[in-house]
Amino acid sequence: MDDKVILRVGAKILIPFILVFALYVQFHGDYGPGGGFQAGVIFAAGFILYALVYGLGNTLRVLPPWIPYLCSALGVLIFAGVGVVTLALGGEYLNYDVLAHDPEHGQHYGILLVEFGVLVTVFGVMVATFYAFAGRGRIES
Amino acid sequence: MSFLVGHYNYWVVIVLMMVGFYILISRGNLVKKLLGLSLFQTSVFIMYISLGKIAGGTAPILMGGHGGDDHAAEEAGGHAAEGAAQAGDLLGNAATEVAQAAGQAAEAASHASGAGEVLYSNPLPHVLILTAIVVGIATTAVGLSLVIRIKESYGTIEEDEIHAMDESL
Amino acid sequence: MDFVVDATLLVILAVTAVTILRVRNLFGAVMLAGIYSLVSAALFTTLDAVDVAFTEAAVGAGISTVLFLGTLALVGSDEKRPQHRPILPLLVVFITGGALIYGTLDLPDFGDPNAPAQLHLAPDFIEGSEEDIGIPNVVTSVLASYRGYDTMGETTVVFTALVAVLLLLARGRRPMRVWHEARGWISVWSDEELDPDLRTRPRDDAEGDGPEGGGDPAGDDDATTSTHDASPDPETPRG
Repeated sequence: MDDKVILRVGAKILIPFILVFALYVQFHGDYGPGGGFQAGVIFAAGFILYALVYGLGNTLRVLPPWIPYLCSALGVLIFAGVGVVTLALGGEYLNYDVLAHDPEHGQHYGILLVEFGVLVTVFGVMVATFYAFAGRGRIES
Repeated sequence: MSFLVGHYNYWVVIVLMMVGFYILISRGNLVKKLLGLSLFQTSVFIMYISLGKIAGGTAPILMGGHGGDDHAAEEAGGHAAEGAAQAGDLLGNAATEVAQAAGQAAEAASHASGAGEVLYSNPLPHVLILTAIVVGIATTAVGLSLVIRIKESYGTIEEDEIHAMDESL
Repeated sequence: MDFVVDATLLVILAVTAVTILRVRNLFGAVMLAGIYSLVSAALFTTLDAVDVAFTEAAVGAGISTVLFLGTLALVGSDEKRPQHRPILPLLVVFITGGALIYGTLDLPDFGDPNAPAQLHLAPDFIEGSEEDIGIPNVVTSVLASYRGYDTMGETTVVFTALVAVLLLLARGRRPMRVWHEARGWISVWSDEELDPDLRTRPRDDAEGDGPEGGGDPAGDDDATTSTHDASPDPETPRG
């Protein structure tokens, strides 16, 4: 592991910033470029970097596989659930106007929730796909 | 001439698409085919975004108020004209014509939008392509998992060898 | 100046695309595809599509490269010399390209602000984003609010892709419970962690899964995945 000191230390310093940057991109998606997809991919990239530097076993201990699987489904549930909530509150499916006292605030809440759902799903899918690909051994032929 | 300027973007992108398509149909290695497909997809995205671009426009992120933006738009038009003059010095007559036409179009656009608003590029293609990029990576991931399983079953990922094995059953 | 930047980036893209075609070492081809994604992200930025550039850089140059490299590590990274003459593919490509170029002759000029595509829905979205929704990023407001159904469909597609990948590649990597002399029952994820002098006892409720962990991680052992050991069909000769 001696030759990987630079990688390890560098990754150790960078990964928290990567994760926070992903959250920044998520929440500033309303005011600049960004949004759920980009944030989900960047968040997953933080964990993939950890896996590349520290090994898959360590990563599986930090983020066991059930978490990405859960997240992928949870995000879709959040998104569809927002629609059901708006239905229950009297509007049409995914009509965010009814989510708050004021249509504009309702739109803000709706977009926040929906983008969060997208973040969670994309994060889960990217990490789970990486686990599926990296978890397989070399194939002899 | 202005027809050439107005359309060269599309033609180069069609060339890129065709290179990707050619990789897809002429190479036998499955991973190479998927690379070609990914190339094709990205070129299609460039095509759509080119269709949504407005000369003299800016990214579709609304800036502060409407009023303060005339200056930005007019400045942008002015800079475009200056840039056109400089480009002319470097590239010669035909290109001067081209660059000046582009600069004039930008100025005209910004003046036309002049009275209160900044010109934004069309946001609708951006949304469609955002979705398309994510769906593209999803299909690429499924395609790659299929390639891995094919390798495990057949021992090779060259298409003609796989066909030979299938036909020899 | 925009023109020059545009033209240069497109030329770089064309050169990269042709090089991907010619290179037979797939590792190099995948790296070039990453470069292709990055340069097209730069092109998107000059075309005012900043959200798209962001996504293309993250997804194309990031995740796509990682997945391709992961695949290459499993399947091997050299391509065979092309065996067939390229006449027919070239013919198809030229005819298709010709038809597409013929189609673009009717398109409005690049950057024309009066093209029908720019006049139909875009002004409504830009205005609505300002007034009804109050969000500066028009792309986010269209993506999440005006076209919310499409985004929901897209999220579902991404989830479905994960399900497909898991169905294909799910050799579950469950933690294996191992009896350690000093520490009792511990959970172990990889074979490297198993010392030769550890005794392995199956769990009380386990069905003898063993270190291979042949079921899929969803816990469904009905073996829709018939290749529990990735063994090929007996009749299929291995290349």
